[in-house]
Amino acid sequence: MSVKDKVWLWFHRMASPAYFYKLAGQLLPWSIVATIILMLIGLVGGLVFAPADYQQGDGFRIIYVHVPAAWMSMFVYMVMAVNSAIFLIWHIKLSDIVARSSAVIGASFTFLALVTGSIWGKPMWGTWWVWDARLTSELLLLFLYLGYIGLRSAIDDRRVAGKAASILALVGAINIPIIHYSVIWWNTLHQAPSVSKFDNPSIEMNMLIPLLCMAIAFKLFYLCILLINSRSELLEQEKRSNWVKELVTSS
Amino acid sequence: MTPKQKQRFILISLLVVGLGAGIGLVLMALNENINLFFTPSQVVAGEVPPDQRFRIGGMVTEDSVEKLDGELTVLFKLNDSVKEVQLKYAGILPDLFREGQGIVAEGKLNQEGVFIADQVLAKHDENYMPPEVEHALKVSGGDYYNNEAKE
Repeated sequence: MSVKDKVWLWFHRMASPAYFYKLAGQLLPWSIVATIILMLIGLVGGLVFAPADYQQGDGFRIIYVHVPAAWMSMFVYMVMAVNSAIFLIWHIKLSDIVARSSAVIGASFTFLALVTGSIWGKPMWGTWWVWDARLTSELLLLFLYLGYIGLRSAIDDRRVAGKAASILALVGAINIPIIHYSVIWWNTLHQAPSVSKFDNPSIEMNMLIPLLCMAIAFKLFYLCILLINSRSELLEQEKRSNWVKELVTSS
Repeated sequence: MTPKQKQRFILISLLVVGLGAGIGLVLMALNENINLFFTPSQVVAGEVPPDQRFRIGGMVTEDSVEKLDGELTVLFKLNDSVKEVQLKYAGILPDLFREGQGIVAEGKLNQEGVFIADQVLAKHDENYMPPEVEHALKVSGGDYYNNEAKE
C-alpha cells in the first residue's frame, strides 16, 4: 500500500462515526489531564513568577487570558470554516459535527477576549471601547459565531441547516485575516503583535513562556470541549444506526 | 474526487476568492475611514477636513508637557518624528500618559492650529518587559527590541 493510500484509509476511518466515537472517548481523559497541568503551570508562572511590566505593573497579567482567548477565537473559527468546506464538498457528516460542536466554545472565547480586553482598556487606554479596526473586526467575529448558531437552530432539517450554516462559516472566514492584519494595515488603538514576531518577540522570555503555556492549555481545553460535544452530537445524529444500538445494549 | 465533488470544490473556491476580492476592494476604498486617527504630518499638510471632529495620534514630544497652574488644563505637543502639532486638553489623563508615549486624542483644530482635545487615550506599544530591563536600557541608551527609534 502506498503512502497516499494509507493517508486516505486513515481519513476514511476517522470519518467513520463509530471509530471516531471510540477514539474520542479514549483521547478525552488524556486531554483533560494535560489541560489541567498546563493551565496550572501557565497560571502560576504568569500570575506569580512573571515580573510586573515596566509601565503597566501587574495590570499586564490579563494578557495570560486575553491573548490565548483571542488566538483561540480565530483558531476555532478556522477549524469551523475548514470543516464546513470539507462537509460541503465531500459531504462528510463528521466534519459538520466538528464544525457545529465548535461554534459555542468559539463564541465563548471571542466573548472572553472582548471582555478581558475591555477591562484592560479602561485603566490603560482610558476607555472601555473604541471603534478601531481590531476591536470592530473581533466584534464582527462574535456576531458571525452567533449568526452561525442562530441559523442552525432556525432550520429544522439537519441537512439543510448544515449546508446553510457551512456557507455562512466559509463566507465569514474572510474576517479572520482582517482581524489578524488589522493592526498592521490600519492605524488602531490596539497595539501591534508582540509574540508572533517569532524571530524577535517584543516580550521578555519569563513573561512569554507562561503565555505560551496558557495558549497550549487553551488549545487543549478546546479539544476537550470538542471531543465531549462531538461525541454527544454523534450519538444524537446516529441514534438509529447499529453501532449506537450495540453501544446502548452492551452497557 | 468525483466530477460532482470537483464541481463543488471549484464553486466553493470561487465563492471564497470572489468574496475575498470584493471585500478587499471595499476595505481599500474605505481605507481612510478605517484608520482610527490622523498623524501630525497629515494634519499639518491639511489632509484633515476643516471644522470637523477627528482623532490625532502620535508620540508626546519630550519636554513639551506643560500644566497650567490651578486648573486641569495640559498643553503638550504630538509628533510623528516628522511634524508636530500643539494640543490642549482639560481633563484627567490616562495612567500611561507620559512624554515619549504614543497617544490618541479626539477633538477639533482651532483657528490658531491648536488641537483642542476632549478625550485623550494612551496607545500602549507592543513591548513588555520588567522594570529592571527598562532601567538597564535607559542607562545603556540601547533599543532592546530594535523597534523604530522614538525620535
